[in-house]
Amino acid sequence: MKENAVLEMKNIHKRFPGVLALQGVDFTLCEGEIHALMGENGAGKSTLIKVLTGVYEKNEGQIFLKGLHKEAAIHSPQDAQKLGISTVYQEITLCPNLTVAENMYIGRGTGVAQNWKKMNEEADKILQSLDIPARANQQLSTCSIAIQQMVAIARAVDMDCKVLILDEPTSSLDEQEVEKLFGLMRDLKARGVGIIFVTHFLDQVYEVCDKITVLRDGKLVGEYEIKDLPRVQLVSKMLGKELDDLSDIKDKSLVYEKKEGAVSVYEAKGLQSTAGIKPFDFHIDKGEVNGFTGLLGSGRSECVRAIFGADRVIAGEAKKSGKTVKITKPIQAMKNGIAYLPEDRKVDGIIGDLSVRENIILATQVLKGFFKPFSKAEQMKFADEYIKLLEIKTASTETPIKSLSGGNQQKVILARWLLTHPEYLILDEPTRGIDVGTKIEIQKLVLKLASEGMSVTFISSETDEMLRTCSRLVVMRDRKVVGELTGSDLTQSKIMETIAGGSEETQSKITETIAGGSKENGN
Amino acid sequence: METKKKENGFLVKLGNLCRNQIFIPIAALLILAIFNLIADPSFYAIKLSYNANGSPVLMGNLITILDYGSELAILAIGMTLVTAASGGQDISVGATIAIAGSVILRVLCGTESQPTSLHAPIIVAFLVACVVSMLFGAFNGALVAYFKIQPMVATLILFTAGRSIAAWINNNQLPVISEECSPTFGIFGNYIPGIPIPTPFFIAVACIVVIFLVLKFTNLGLYTQAVGINSKSSRLNGLNPEFIKFISFVILGLCVAVAGLIKVSRLNTINYSVVAKDIEMDAILAVALGGNALSGGKFNMTASILGAYVIQFLTTTLYKMQVQASALPAYKAIVVILLVVLSAPKVREWLGKLWKKLRPASMKEVA
Repeated sequence: MKENAVLEMKNIHKRFPGVLALQGVDFTLCEGEIHALMGENGAGKSTLIKVLTGVYEKNEGQIFLKGLHKEAAIHSPQDAQKLGISTVYQEITLCPNLTVAENMYIGRGTGVAQNWKKMNEEADKILQSLDIPARANQQLSTCSIAIQQMVAIARAVDMDCKVLILDEPTSSLDEQEVEKLFGLMRDLKARGVGIIFVTHFLDQVYEVCDKITVLRDGKLVGEYEIKDLPRVQLVSKMLGKELDDLSDIKDKSLVYEKKEGAVSVYEAKGLQSTAGIKPFDFHIDKGEVNGFTGLLGSGRSECVRAIFGADRVIAGEAKKSGKTVKITKPIQAMKNGIAYLPEDRKVDGIIGDLSVRENIILATQVLKGFFKPFSKAEQMKFADEYIKLLEIKTASTETPIKSLSGGNQQKVILARWLLTHPEYLILDEPTRGIDVGTKIEIQKLVLKLASEGMSVTFISSETDEMLRTCSRLVVMRDRKVVGELTGSDLTQSKIMETIAGGSEETQSKITETIAGGSKENGN
Repeated sequence: METKKKENGFLVKLGNLCRNQIFIPIAALLILAIFNLIADPSFYAIKLSYNANGSPVLMGNLITILDYGSELAILAIGMTLVTAASGGQDISVGATIAIAGSVILRVLCGTESQPTSLHAPIIVAFLVACVVSMLFGAFNGALVAYFKIQPMVATLILFTAGRSIAAWINNNQLPVISEECSPTFGIFGNYIPGIPIPTPFFIAVACIVVIFLVLKFTNLGLYTQAVGINSKSSRLNGLNPEFIKFISFVILGLCVAVAGLIKVSRLNTINYSVVAKDIEMDAILAVALGGNALSGGKFNMTASILGAYVIQFLTTTLYKMQVQASALPAYKAIVVILLVVLSAPKVREWLGKLWKKLRPASMKEVA
C-alpha cells in the first residue's frame, strides 16, 4: 500500500449477465484528498462505488484499507460502514419527518434508552464544528436540499469515516448551495478524510478536486493530477476520442429566422395550471428551438407541463397551427403532435419493469389505439431502429429499462417520443445526470431535428447548454415570465441580469426563491 | 466436445426456465403430481361410468380437478388484471358470486321458491347477473381508482355486505330449480348429455380463449402493466390510469358472474352464507402461485391460470389424503408460507447464488 493511501482497490472485476462492468480497475485514494471519479454513463463509476460500499460483490480483485493489514472483506453496506466507508447519494436517503439530530444518530444507538438531550447537544456540536447552518432539533424537511445533504455528510463524518463517497451530490443544488457544500468538503479534506467525488459537472471537478481517475467501458483509463489534465483532454479521455470543440455545434445552427406571416406551431395565451404559475403567453414556430430559463423553482418545468397538460390547466387557451385546441390531458397534447420528455426520469419517465422495446413503443401505441396493437415484429423493428439511431447501450430489446444506466434510460425515453414523430418536442432537463458525451449528442440531435422542421423547447439548468441550442429564451422569475431574449441578447450576463431584474429588492427575492425552490425540488 | 456443448445448452435452457415466472406453478404441479404418484398411483385412475340420466361421464380425481378448478381459473383471470393494475386484490369475489347466483335465481324463479317452469330464458338471467356483478365491480373499481382507497379496504365493504345483499335479493328464500322445471339449467355445473367431460371445464376454456384473444388483439396487457408499474409515467404517455384500474375491476365482475352461474348450476340452488366461501383467497393464491407480484405490475396470465388448477390439485390431493374440510385451510397456509418465503427477494438472491455454485464449472464460462 502506498504511504498515505487510505484506500486501495486492485484489479477489480465485476461481471453481470452478459456484461463485463469492470475489468481490472485500480483505484487509490489518499488521505486528505478529493478525488474525482469520471467517466461516461456505463463506464463503471457506479459499479465501482457499489463494489466499494458492499452493494455488489466483486468477482475478482482486492480492496485494502489503511490500518487494516489484510484484505478488507466487504459483503454488505453494513460491512463498508463499519470499515469507515460512508456514502452520500444524489437522492437524500434520510428521513425528512425526523429532526436533524435524530437523522444523524438513527440506527446507531446501542442500548434501548436514548439520551435525547445529550444526543441533541452532540449533534449541535458537530454541526457547529462543520459550520452547517442547521439546528439539531429542527425537522429535516424544513432544511433546504443542500443543508440536508450536509446533514447526511455530517452523519457520515461523525461515524468516523475515512473514506467519504459523494455520488453526484450537486445535481439538485444551485450555485450558492454548491459553494457551501464545497466549503464543507474542503474542511473535511483538511481533517484528513479521503473523498471520492462523482459528478458530471466538469467545472466542479476543477474547482475542488486534487486528482482524477477516469474510467471508460469498465476499464481504467488512468489517474491524473488535476493540473496535468486540462479540460479538453479529460473529456477526450472520457469519450475515448478527440472531442470536436463544444462551440462547434453552434456554427450555423442558429440561422433560424421567422418567416413572414408564418403561423406558430403552438401558441398559448394566459395559460395557467394548478401548479401555481402565473398566467403566461408563449409561442413557438416551425423549426425553432427555444427554452425556458430561470432559477430552480422559478416555474420553468411548470410552464411546459401546462403546455402538455401534465398538470391540470385551469385557464387560458392554446392554439395549434392557428387552430384553437383544448389540451387539458397529456393524450390531447399527444394527439396534437406535442411530445414531452419529463424532468424526473425515474418518477415520470421510465416504466421500470417493462422492457426497452415496450418503453419505446408505449406512447406511439397509445396514440394508435387500444384495439390496434403493433405486432411483435413491428415493435422489434421500431426498437431496433431507435436503439441504433440513438446508440442506446442495452443488452437486448427485452432488457428491463431499469437495468440501463441513466443516460441510456434517457435515450430510450427520447426514442419513445421521437417515434411518435411530433411536430413540437418539449425536453425538460434531458441532460440532467448524464455524461458529457451523451449531452452533446442530445444537443446535436435537437439542432438536427429543428433543421428538419421540428419545433423544440429545451430546458436545462446549465445555461451554456441552452445558449448553444436555443435561438430564443423565455426568462422566468417567481413563477412568472419576466422577459424574452433573442439574437445578440443571448449571453450569460444578459440572462443573469434578466433573472435578477436589476434592483436590490428583487435580489433579496431571488435568495428567497432559491430557498423555497430547493425545498420543492427536494422531493 | 460436441455432446458437451449440447449438454451445456440444455443446462442453460434449464437455468433460464428456472428463472422464468411460469416455472413456479409448473414446479408446484410436478411436486404434487410426483407426491400422488408415490403415495397412491390410483389417484390418476379415470373410469367411464353413467350418471342418472344414462349419459356417459368420466370419473376420477383428475376430472374433479378440471371440474372444480374451473371457477378458480376464471376468477384468476380477473384477479390477475386487478392485481396488475391496482397493486391490490379484490376480497369481495366470494360475496359477489353469491349476489350473481342470487340474481340468476331471482330472474329464473321470480318469487316462487320451487317454480314449475322458468320465468325467463337462462341467457337473460345470466346477462342480468353479468350486468349486476359488473356494477358491483365498478363500485369497487371506482373506490379504488377514483377515491384512491386501498383495494383490500375498498372491497372489504362488499366482502362484509355481499352475502346479505344476496339473501335480500331473494327475500332470504332458497329457490330450487328442479330437473323437471328446467333440464338445461343443471348443464352449466354438471355435464352436457352425451359428453363425458364436465361443462365447467369447457366454460373455463372458453374464458381462457377469450382473455388470450383480448390480450393478443388489444393493448390490455401493456396498459395494465404500465399503469401498475408507474401510473404517473403512464399518464404522461397518454394513458388514463384511473380508468384502466376501474376497468380491471369491471372485468373481474364479469368473471364473477360466470363463476356464479357455474356455482348455482352445480347445486340447482344457492346457500348464501356458504356458496363460494373463501374462494377469493384461493383466487389471490392462484395469482401469487403464478409468480405474479401481488404489488402489481408485470403479470403472466398463463401462470395465474395454471396456478388456479394447481390449487385445486392441492385441494383434491388433501381430500384424497382424507384431510377434513375444516383442516384444509391449515394445509393451504403451509403452501402460502412456502410461496411467500420463496418469492421474497432475499431468498431469491440466496437461491441464485446457490444455483451459481451448483451449476457445472463449464457453464460459468458460457455465462
